[in-house]
Amino acid sequence: MEGRAATWSELRSIPAWLLGLVPLLLVALAIGAFAVLDGPGLGERRGPPVEELAVERTKLTPGVIELTIRNDGPDPVTVAQAVVNDAFAQFSGAESPIGRLETATVRVRQPWVEGEAYEVALITSSGGTFAHEIPVAVETPDNDLSFFGLMALLGIYVGVIPVALGMLWLPWVRRIPPGWLRVVMALTVGLLGFLAIDATLEGFELAGEGSQAFGGIALVLVGGVVSYLLLSGVSAWLAARRASASGGTLALLVAIGIGLHNLGEGVAIGSAYSVGALALGAFLVVGFALHNTTEGLAIVAPIAHLRPSLGRLVVLGLVAGAPAVLGAWIGAAAFNTSLAAFLFGFGAGAIVQVIAQLAPSLRDDDGRTLHPGAVAGLLGGLALMFATGLLVSV
Amino acid sequence: MAELTRRKLLAGSLAATGGAALLHKTVPHGHPWEAQAADQHGAHDTVDHGHADFRDNRTVDHAANGFDPHEILRDFDWGTTTRTAGGQVIREWELYAVDKEIEVAPGVKFAAWTYNQRIPGPTLRCREGERLRITFANGSNHPHTIHFHGIHPADMDGVPGVGAGQIPPGGRTVYEFDALPAGLHLYHCHVRPLAEHIAKGLYGAFIVDPADGREDAEELVMVMNGFDTNFDRANEMYAANTIPFAYMNTPIQVKRGELVRIYLVNVLEYDLINSFHLHGNLFHYYPTGTSTTPSEFTDTVMLCQGQRGILEWRFQHTGPFMFHAHQSEFTELGWQGFFEVV
Repeated sequence: MEGRAATWSELRSIPAWLLGLVPLLLVALAIGAFAVLDGPGLGERRGPPVEELAVERTKLTPGVIELTIRNDGPDPVTVAQAVVNDAFAQFSGAESPIGRLETATVRVRQPWVEGEAYEVALITSSGGTFAHEIPVAVETPDNDLSFFGLMALLGIYVGVIPVALGMLWLPWVRRIPPGWLRVVMALTVGLLGFLAIDATLEGFELAGEGSQAFGGIALVLVGGVVSYLLLSGVSAWLAARRASASGGTLALLVAIGIGLHNLGEGVAIGSAYSVGALALGAFLVVGFALHNTTEGLAIVAPIAHLRPSLGRLVVLGLVAGAPAVLGAWIGAAAFNTSLAAFLFGFGAGAIVQVIAQLAPSLRDDDGRTLHPGAVAGLLGGLALMFATGLLVSV
Repeated sequence: MAELTRRKLLAGSLAATGGAALLHKTVPHGHPWEAQAADQHGAHDTVDHGHADFRDNRTVDHAANGFDPHEILRDFDWGTTTRTAGGQVIREWELYAVDKEIEVAPGVKFAAWTYNQRIPGPTLRCREGERLRITFANGSNHPHTIHFHGIHPADMDGVPGVGAGQIPPGGRTVYEFDALPAGLHLYHCHVRPLAEHIAKGLYGAFIVDPADGREDAEELVMVMNGFDTNFDRANEMYAANTIPFAYMNTPIQVKRGELVRIYLVNVLEYDLINSFHLHGNLFHYYPTGTSTTPSEFTDTVMLCQGQRGILEWRFQHTGPFMFHAHQSEFTELGWQGFFEVV
């Protein structure tokens, strides 16, 4: 016993950081030895190489179909030949093997015709094929200044203006009695709940399409958890700085949550536009305006009892609406399904956190949360979002 | 002749040989959009000849494959002969099956099954009425047979369960029968699953010349085939004599006015039919080569799997003339080429 005690006391004299490093060093040593000895006891790899390619981005310019591909599998992939609609085609790029998770850009020469469908198949060195469908060929817009201007305008139309309009409900929510205000808050929670579900499903859909190597659907969930935790941290920090978790803090959190959601929405709009899948009609803009106007109400409801300055209201509106502009830029210029899926999850997590923050304000004088008024408000919010959501489908 | 490819011809200087200059003048060049695309992005340094082709008009490494479709064209294997006491010619060949990786398209490897390390297998040629003796050794990891088309006893038919049946790995057998009838036939493996055993490369042409022979001609063999490299029971590429676009990159040289005779065999698996179309000329067509009277004077014939025929014509004009399957899909997936008539 004495000897053991001595040993522990000796250990105590070693700096703590060194003790923390010991297991890491041993792991590194073991991995190194394993690699040097070439995985003793495991024997030869069985079967042919596993080849996986995912197309991350398609760009069409006159006479050229450009695909950005990512190696999704464990083994290097060599693209040997390209076939477009059952005919071998000339192409450049991907001269050398594409390593795991690496990307390459192949430029296939094809006299494509607008509005027609194409299937680009890449044949690998092992004879495997990876086919990519272009359902409707449309020239990809150039990422020049006027294009970014257009995307900004689109973001303002569907994000900033509707949210600002929705915030004009502030004078009204100020006048209504507390019981009615709780119904409005419940309506807000209903709206947000719908957005959270919508964003999650959209994220899942996107995650299913693109490269799976970065986690696929897991990315949406990870995004949600990350944003939930981040916003929880921010709100705790804000609450600590101010005496109480005021309506102002709550409004800011709601604005951030909605802003993150609009970021994802902007990404979806921008990417859909860039692949020609979106007609920029008045109908779409009107639809989004109605859909997103309700988001403005969600921001002002928690500050009904305050007298916020105009500048503060403008900031809240921008926080909630402006990310749509940023999202549209990202979606149009650097669309990546993995990133978009993560952003949708991120938005959904933020909204869930906001709902958690708003929930106490639904309580009536008896402390009940799901009282008839709140339930009516929640259902009303879901119904409103569902109905206005029918107007827009990206 | 040194490896003189179409690409080199086109890319080479105009001051090269007359043939090169001729080719350069007559072979269609790229479409305007291609020139524009190439100019804008500077991505290509190769000349686009305007036809579907492999990347940068490359071709496979024939030396590594161990066979060259340009040599297969004119490679007739007469075997070795002896005579019986009665005076009948005995013609003998040795064929062996072996698994071999083949580069079927530039950079694309295919785990093929071959007769004598080549696809198609040797073009076996003999005369009507001779006694044929084919020793078959199976060096593959799978059971195989050789099933000949033609007239022969049942136990020489090369199918499982009859005669020697299927020959296991390491096994051997002798197929022996009389060369009948005169015509163009084929041989292939007949082991289950049949489609796989054929599509992987176990087939070849089998020519029985009439006892009194045929008119002298520039004779060429074309075995129309394809490869299913991703095993989805559809072909990724098509060709005559295995390598897609081989005769695009290096045209087949023939002389004007000379009789050209093509022994055309279709072994294509997974597609219902195949076809042959000749540009700028018509040919006399002898189905299965069993009659001396042509059935048709045409420029396009259609063949199902196992069907074959002899084509004869004389080129009236010099210059490059295309030939290809007249299913455009097959054409642009490899089954096209040029005759260079001089």
